[in-house]
This record gives sequence, C-alpha cells and structure tokens, in this order.
Amino acid sequence: MNLLEHQGKYLLARAGVRVPHGEVVSSATAAAEAARSIGGPVVCKAQVPTGKRGKAGAVQVVRGPDEAEAFARQILGSTVGGYDVTELVVEEAVDIARELYAAVLDDPSSKGPLVLFSTEGGMDIEEVNAATPELVHRATVDVRTGLSEAAAAEMLAATDLDAAAQIAVAKALVQLYTAYRDDDAALVEVNPLVLTAAGEVVALDAKVTIDAGSVPRQAELIDTVPGGRPAEHGTELELRGRELGLQYIELDGDVGVLANGAGLTMTTLDAVNHFGGSPANFLEIGGDAYTKATPALELVLSNPRVKSLLVNFCGAFARTDVMAEGVVNAIEELNPQLPISFTIHGTGEEEAITLVRERLGIEPHDLMDDAVQAAVEAARARTDQTLEATP
Amino acid sequence: MIITSQDHVLVQGITGRQGRYWTERMMESGTTVVAGVSPGRGGQGVHDRPVYDTVAEAAEDHRLDATVLFVPPAGARAAVVEAVEAGVGKVVCLAEHIPSHDVMEMLAVARDHKAQVLGPNTAGLVVPGEASVGIMPGFAANIFQPGNVGVISRSGSLGTLVSMNLVTAGFGQSAFIGIGGDPILGTTTADAVRSAHEHPGTDAVVLVGEIGGAMEEEAAELIADLDIPVVAFIAGRSAPPGRRMGHAGAIVTGNRGSGESKVAALTEAGAVVVDIPSQVGSALRELGVEPTVARVGVA
Repeated sequence: MNLLEHQGKYLLARAGVRVPHGEVVSSATAAAEAARSIGGPVVCKAQVPTGKRGKAGAVQVVRGPDEAEAFARQILGSTVGGYDVTELVVEEAVDIARELYAAVLDDPSSKGPLVLFSTEGGMDIEEVNAATPELVHRATVDVRTGLSEAAAAEMLAATDLDAAAQIAVAKALVQLYTAYRDDDAALVEVNPLVLTAAGEVVALDAKVTIDAGSVPRQAELIDTVPGGRPAEHGTELELRGRELGLQYIELDGDVGVLANGAGLTMTTLDAVNHFGGSPANFLEIGGDAYTKATPALELVLSNPRVKSLLVNFCGAFARTDVMAEGVVNAIEELNPQLPISFTIHGTGEEEAITLVRERLGIEPHDLMDDAVQAAVEAARARTDQTLEATP
Repeated sequence: MIITSQDHVLVQGITGRQGRYWTERMMESGTTVVAGVSPGRGGQGVHDRPVYDTVAEAAEDHRLDATVLFVPPAGARAAVVEAVEAGVGKVVCLAEHIPSHDVMEMLAVARDHKAQVLGPNTAGLVVPGEASVGIMPGFAANIFQPGNVGVISRSGSLGTLVSMNLVTAGFGQSAFIGIGGDPILGTTTADAVRSAHEHPGTDAVVLVGEIGGAMEEEAAELIADLDIPVVAFIAGRSAPPGRRMGHAGAIVTGNRGSGESKVAALTEAGAVVVDIPSQVGSALRELGVEPTVARVGVA
C-alpha cells in the first residue's frame, strides 16, 4: 500500500527523522493561509502517489501567500500521473546545503533488508546507479539485529561527507530503518534527504510502501495516519472488484476471462493474445475467491465490451469441481447471452466437466488452446455481426 | 530442494480442514508422512499418524527430514522457526500473505540452521511415484508421471497445466518444484534449477516463470553454465506494463523483470522459450529429449 508523501513524512517523524514543518490543504485559500502562518518562501507539493512530481510541475517553490494561492488554484483539480490532485502540502523551504538519497527496502536477493545511500540525491537514482554505480552505497542488514549506528557509519565512510555530516546522516539512516521496521514497510525512500547549512539532516520527501501482507496487522496505523487509508484508484469496475475482495483489472479487449491462480490467469491472457484475440479483463478466482463466483462473473459481464466468456480452471489446491459449481450457479442465475467456452483440468475435473455438461449443456474443451481459440472466434463473430447490423 | 519417499515428513497444522485433506492426498502420492503437529491437539491422531503439540516433541519420537506447513500467515514465522530449531532440514511453506519482515526473519533463522525453505506462497513439490509435499495434485496420473523432466514453476495452477501438457505429450517429471509467488523466497528459480539438475534422472528442465522480479534472469546465468536442455515459458508477457497482477512478485520493474528481458536472458543462455504452454512438449522433442511415458489418453 503506497502512502502519500505527507503520510510517509508523518511516519518518518515518529521515528525521529526531521521533516519540514508543513500543512496539508485542499483549497487555494487554505494554501494562502498556510503560507502566511509558516512565513517566508514555502514549497507547495501536490499529494499524489506517483514519482516524478517535480517534472510534472506538481511541486513549486513560492515566495508567499499570493503565489501559493495561485499555484494551488492551478494544480488542485488537475491530474498528475493519472491521479486527481485534491490535496497539497505547503511546507517551509529548507536551506539546502547538499541533496542526498537514502532508502531501506525488502531485498529479494539477500532475503533481508537493504539500505541504499548516495550523495547524489535530488535526481533519478536509477540514472545515478547506471552512470556512477560506485556512488550508490549498499548495506544488507540482519533483520533480527537491525541497523546499528556503527554499521550505518561504516557505510558512509567511503563517501566524501565530512565527519560531522557522517555522524548526522548515520543517525538519520538508523531512524529511517526504524520507521521501515516499526511500520512493516516494504520500502522507505527519501529523495532528497538534505543536509542543511546548519548541518541538520532533513527528509524533504518520503515514499513509504506498507508491505501488502502486513496491511492487516498494521490496520490501526494505516487508519490513524493523517488523511487515513489512501483512496483506492482504478476504474469503476476495478473499485467494485476491490470492494468484493476480487482482484479485477479492466483491459481493452472483448474476451472476458475467468481463471484460477495469478500465473494461470496471466497465461490465459497471453494465450488469448497469441490466438489473435484481446482479453477484456484480468480476474483470478482461485484461493478463497472461488467462493465468490457469482459476483466475479457479474463483474466480468458488467464490462460492456465483453463479447465472449472463457473459463479456464486448472486445479491443484483449488478444486475445479467446487469452482465449477460456483460458476455454473452464477451462469444459471445471471443467464448471460453470450458464447461461453470452458476448459477444466486437475483436482476434481471429472465432476466439474460433468457438471458443466449436464447443467449448462456446454461441452468443455479438452485442450486449453481449443477453448481459447473458440472464445476468440466467438468474440470476433459477434463483432462482425454487430458491424453488419449497424447501418 | 527435493523430497523423496525416503524423507520422513511432518505436517504442521495437520488437524485443520486443509491439513487433514492434503495429508491424505500426500500419502496417496507416496509421501512418507510420519507425524503431525497442532498446538493443543497432542495425543490425537490423523490418518493413523500421531499428533504432537510441538515439533520438538515430534522430533523425540521420529526422524524428521522435512515439514510442510498448513499454518495461517500470522503463525508462519513461529512455525518455521520452531521446525528449523528442532532440526528439520527441509521446510515447505505454503501460506500466502505472510508479512515480508516475518519472511525475512524466518529465512534468516533457517539459514543459521542450514535448513532449506521452499516458499512462502508455494504449491509445493512433487517427485512423481515417490512423494508430493504441499497442495499439488501429485496423485493425478494425467498430470504427474515418473519421468525425466524437471519442472520449475512459480505458480501452482500454471505448473499444474504445464505438467499436464507434458504428460499429454508423453513426458513424465523427475521432479516438480513450485518455488512460490512472493517477492522474497527461500528457494529461488536458480536454486530450483540446480536441485532439478542434480536430481538423478533429470534429462531436461522446463522453467515456468512470470514477469516481475529478476529470478528468471539469475537462473539464465546458471543455465548458461549447465549442460542440460531447457525449455522456458514466461507468463504475463502480454500484460500491460506496470500493472500488478496477483502475485506481489509480478510487478514489472525496470529492465530486468519485463517479459522481454527474461526471454532475452533465457534465449541468450541457450534455453528455448515457447509462447504458450502447449508448445513445451514439441520444444523438448526438438531438443532431442526422449518422451518416456506411454500416452495416458487424456486428450
């Protein structure tokens, strides 16, 4: 779960990291007021969960209330990186001596936390890593013992920071690590982490992602963070899917797809493309989700582009007879007027095939490829019909 | 990791509905299940196997080579730690949605005890005719047959489909290793390729990968050094970039991670990458791998 910048900063501040004093506002008048109360030049930043806000013109340094109000008027209600801007942070401008980069993240390769640090902050860290990999410092951490100040200092020894800065930054790295650990983050990234003229270390940005598997046990934290649980983004159908606990992704094509397991579902979409068709959605109903066959089917059919339906079950843990019964019930209930092809393999397949044959009068295909081709051809035939029927 | 009928297997969470159901299926597939653990249920029996309160107690009465966990995500870390501290050397962790910090912690403890972990979020592993540990249909003759192909898959459902296609094409499996869909895994694709390669009777490897992460690219580096035919399929190549599709690992990040990157790395390493799962059998034949199974007539 990706948090907004101001929410990330709130979590960093809890761990002792210094962040600029700022306010979250949602109107131009409030932006002006915030600028007035903070005083001096301020920074206005649109709160959208996406990177490259600077390049998109969503961050601006302004001299005072009037400019803050003008910028807010222009950016609120606009779209940045596909997200509607409804909130701004107005915060004190910090006297920057040097821009640094720091991150703590789950690392699949070392199977533990990884700390990244660079003195080349303020720009795209991937570009820094590509051009000057020696300037991106890494330290793996034993998750059981954590990051010590000594280990953080060791990481900084190879940089050109002076002794005082190394001590201050090492302390900040330990605090970032604390936030990562305490909040079950998969990623804490600060770019830039700045050194001020006074020698302080301040986080000017914060990207915090809470690990998906930890969201249940961090529910209280997520609900009490300022602004609360981040709003869900997606199409109307995608949001409806999420409410039902189904991962539904709307695509551009016309073959509706229902399969179990993410791997098999992706493969089914690949096969639809391979045979010249175009899938209308990603939706897996494996795992516990197979009990939600009726709402799942309803969701797939709510997409007006869907012209045929392809059901592909390959059961291991999820029994195909149980999944098929759910889908057969759903089809009987909803009575969709469109061609349906089935292909069913694995645990419970005989019962599942019999069920589909007897209750729906549909003969499941032995081979997945045949079922995919039938669904692709059916969608194409119905498109042709529609075209012919259109005067 | 490979588990054969010689390995004595413990089932943690054996008294739950899934634990009971799959213990029976695993035993049908030849697995030597010797005992179960369910805290508070010590002294009971499931499918004629004794149940203990703790792994340590089970280890007093039995030699335990491997364990499989039917334990919910919140209890997974403690259960894995308990098993490896009791000296179990192979751990199959099925649970999905285990907090990532718990995963890192349990893998660190396992590493200290020199224990191997398969998963989390794996469907398990199968050595046809010998053992099936996890939630794969190791008992289904149209999906698993003893043979000479080592199959590595991140996904259980897709691994099942590919295994079935192999049997339909006349190939059996020397082993099926499901490595799991999480970003952080005890056994990587490369680790599994190495295990399959070292397992006696493996003449070829079928690698079933997915977009996201860099495990297929890392496995490609190993494959380049191995003298064994490899056929690969990468799921999600037609997925719109940057869209998350189920497995947390399946996020397209940077250059490594995309379908193109994986196909290029595997092709470069000498593997044949097919476009759809039904092409796996013919690709193996073209590489000169001999089918060893009489057609079982499922098609």
